[in-house]
Amino acid sequence: MSMKAVEFNHVNMKYNEQYVLQDINFSIKEKDFMAIIGPNGGGKSTILKIILGLLTPDDGEVKVFGRDPKHARDLMGYLPQNLSFDPQFPISVYETVLTGRYHGLFKSYKQSDEEAVIQALNDVEMQDFKDRQIGKLSGGQMQRVFIARAIVRNPKLLLMDEPMASIDPDMQSSFYKLMSQLKDEMAIVLVSHDVGAVSTHVDKIACLNRELFYHGPVEDSARGLEEIYHCPIDLISHGIPHRVLREH
Amino acid sequence: MYDFLQYEFIQRALITAVLVSIVCGVVGSYVVIKRIVSLSGAISHAAFGGVGLGYFLTVNPVLAAIPFSIASAMAIGGVEKKVNISADTAMGILWSVGMALGVIFINLTPGYAPDLFSYLFGDILTVTNSDLLIMLTLDLIIITTVYIFRREFLAVSFDEEFSTVVGLPSLPIYMLLLALIALSVVVLMKVVGIILLIALFTIPAAISKQYTHNLTKLMSLATIIGIILASVGIILSYIFNLASGATIVMVLAAAFLISYYLKD
Repeated sequence: MSMKAVEFNHVNMKYNEQYVLQDINFSIKEKDFMAIIGPNGGGKSTILKIILGLLTPDDGEVKVFGRDPKHARDLMGYLPQNLSFDPQFPISVYETVLTGRYHGLFKSYKQSDEEAVIQALNDVEMQDFKDRQIGKLSGGQMQRVFIARAIVRNPKLLLMDEPMASIDPDMQSSFYKLMSQLKDEMAIVLVSHDVGAVSTHVDKIACLNRELFYHGPVEDSARGLEEIYHCPIDLISHGIPHRVLREH
Repeated sequence: MYDFLQYEFIQRALITAVLVSIVCGVVGSYVVIKRIVSLSGAISHAAFGGVGLGYFLTVNPVLAAIPFSIASAMAIGGVEKKVNISADTAMGILWSVGMALGVIFINLTPGYAPDLFSYLFGDILTVTNSDLLIMLTLDLIIITTVYIFRREFLAVSFDEEFSTVVGLPSLPIYMLLLALIALSVVVLMKVVGIILLIALFTIPAAISKQYTHNLTKLMSLATIIGIILASVGIILSYIFNLASGATIVMVLAAAFLISYYLKD
């Protein structure tokens, strides 16, 4: 029995009378590693927020593991895009990750929560920083803490909004190494506007620019990419200015 | 030299300083870390409408201010999510409308006008025993609420969107925090008055924030600093016959400057 992690059926979303998402239909399977690619403003963050139940579409049906998104939150982990917070905010690395284990009103954190936090910090190699105040970290270190916060409840679906934006190029390979470890345990959906870096690592691509132009394995995505970026296929797929697809 | 400490009104004033500093330490810490200082100022000024209403209805003005300031807090907090007015604009409107309503209610009250000065600028030396009782009750409500919801307040103050994703009722919790600020305004009104409340909310917590990165320690330190500085302010205002609220604020400001330069 393979349940779909996410299902979108005829989803529309408007903002001020303009379509942000138009007739979106796709599904994500339980252990997929998918990138949603598209230009800025094309609706990528909106799709993530709909999956998380932070936004409700104007039309259509969305299911996460067969449930309404708002009832599937305990199965999801979220890495938001811009983390604007006061760098002097009095919270430690440990406390930040612990908030990912929230159970509900009046329920305290348990021993199992503390162990999960330590495990998640180990997974992202930030265990030595657990008592550090959150602002006293480099950009890449902070990103790893927020990834730990996203995975600490062992989600079945991990949603990441532009995770590469605040990672230095030399850290990208350790990021993808972490992803390849996680993808055996959960479905991963990664939103990015950077086509090149992403496509060599993920299994599937969804090309989004208000409409979904393509959805499937990376190898066949050339035409979809062309539609959303309005670039000739050659430019995108044959290495000028950078290689996107695998050698074929 | 220390004879004055035997005076009952001085003793009441010092007890008030303790009760007020607990509120400043706890609630003020959230105001500072969540950067809602202006919002707290707006709630304080809007509360004056409640004071006026209290005089008009011949009930205790402090008690009348409670529902009025809570309602203003809810309006500012909820408006951004529901209506197309920014919280900033709502603050500006409520700030002035609240004050104006207070003045109008008092104008409409028959008999001679009460001494508004003590609500606007504070007069800790005229605190009564029933005022102390109200303050103590509010302190207990505030401390209990903060303790029960400490996980939620921390999560929402740090990252409201993520908190919603992990199942926290972010908006109601934020509104609850604003309601606590509104309650605190009522506790603090008698001490420094509505105009200067902002100083008590922000300065002790701002001083403490330079010395610790742990929220519980921040609150405790802010409370202790508040007690010391407010007491110094009270004694100085008595000795030099100055307005107590303004004197306390000057002591707080001096302490902040000293701590800021000492930090370097």
